[in-house]
Amino acid sequence: MSARRTSSNSSNPAGGGKVITITSGKGGVGKTTATANIGAALAAEGYKVCCIDGDIGLRNLDVVMGLENRIVYDLVDVIEGRCKLRQAMIRDKRLPELYLIPAAQTRDKSAISPSDMVRLCDELRAEVDYIIVDSPAGIERGFRNAIAPADEVVIITNPEVSAVRDADRIIGLVEAEQKGPAKLVLNRLNASMVKRGDMLAPEDVLELLAIQLIGLVPEDENVIVSSNSGSPIVLDEKSRAGQAFRNVAKRLTGQEVPFISMDADDGFLSRLGKMMGRGG
Amino acid sequence: MRPSVQIKGIREGLLVTLGEGYWPDVQTALLEEIAQKADFFKGARLILDVENHILNAATLGKLRDLLSDHHLSLWAVLSHSPTTQQTAQTLGLATRIHQPRPEEAAPALPSEFEGSEALLLRRTLRSGSRVEHSGHVTVIGDVNPGAEIIAGGDVVVWGRLRGLVHAGADGDPEAVVCALDLSPTQLRIAGQIAIAPAPRSQPRPEMARLRDGQVVAEPWSLPGQE
Repeated sequence: MSARRTSSNSSNPAGGGKVITITSGKGGVGKTTATANIGAALAAEGYKVCCIDGDIGLRNLDVVMGLENRIVYDLVDVIEGRCKLRQAMIRDKRLPELYLIPAAQTRDKSAISPSDMVRLCDELRAEVDYIIVDSPAGIERGFRNAIAPADEVVIITNPEVSAVRDADRIIGLVEAEQKGPAKLVLNRLNASMVKRGDMLAPEDVLELLAIQLIGLVPEDENVIVSSNSGSPIVLDEKSRAGQAFRNVAKRLTGQEVPFISMDADDGFLSRLGKMMGRGG
Repeated sequence: MRPSVQIKGIREGLLVTLGEGYWPDVQTALLEEIAQKADFFKGARLILDVENHILNAATLGKLRDLLSDHHLSLWAVLSHSPTTQQTAQTLGLATRIHQPRPEEAAPALPSEFEGSEALLLRRTLRSGSRVEHSGHVTVIGDVNPGAEIIAGGDVVVWGRLRGLVHAGADGDPEAVVCALDLSPTQLRIAGQIAIAPAPRSQPRPEMARLRDGQVVAEPWSLPGQE
């Protein structure tokens, strides 16, 4: 856990920490899991990280991070001035450089506005290296709140037609907000189903979405176990999904990391390499 | 019967349309209307539409003076009568309120081709985006599933067409749809709706058109190479 606060963060337009928003359009594709794991992986790399749960009224990032019982103040409390920013930042049990600002459970998305989020994140930038915002599903107020402060947007999708369709819509909205180009994480990939032709292959998804891929996460039952126990899978050295999320975090910091092999399908990786090379 | 006086607020000021009748009665009706709604009219710029009334300079000049007594400025007089238009121009009043049409202002570039308007989009249309255009639509990029193009004329996609396209949406049965990979979710030409067959592994450029009332797709290639 060596402190690796490189100068790569200093290029942010607003100065200080970088805001990365995790979104998807469709629900249930793994936004919250990805937020918790990318946050934990960055913190394990030595960065100071704060995750924000943007899903006001349906909070669960605190559960996935195992911090539910420590909540005193939440995001709406900070925005409405009932507490200071630092009072709402819950420190993680395992990683001292990881914090969470939970969502309010008893309010709804209209409790905050996009400009509230921009102000809050601007204040946070001075405190941390990375701010990871977990967006709610949908394209309404909650999504716009989550996207407003973003320096970078990461779209999570599954290799399913409906999830990819929603991702495409979201990419268009992100471009319209001039927050693009978004980056893509393809979650819950089942290599043997792809091989049998029963699941969309990563090439199919990339051909349609045409944005930079920064993660291929294999389907892994242990992700559910880790979510339920509130312990991010990236802390499990043996898990392949954990390895994939660690690689996503590294790529977000600007490191070049080769994609891990999905099963033994090396043909796919070489094809992917060609696609990435061509797309730049 | 009292001549009609209709008032409408427009960008340029208050448009007052005067109905038919004996001009002195019309003028009286207008002035009564103004007196009744003095607060509303106060300081307004008037555009009078006198329709078919034929007015000479003295009549129109008198009206202008009466209006200015009510603190109103007469800015324009619209009329179907060339005499009235000339009178208004002599008095320094405008005789039309909208910008002249572009073709009147600047003659079109000389061209030996008869063409019609087309919209060129140089980007990929993602799910949720909708393009409507009365002419032709050309896309350099893909049209993803969930995107929609509604065109009065033809649609040409230099890329993969996977969304919904309606060509000849105003009912033109001659409209065509061309794409490098023609795999739309649904394709409509004029009043006909078609669903594309299952995607092929080797897509090739195709053109869809109406043949005997049915949407058919044909190879889109150089003439004589089919």
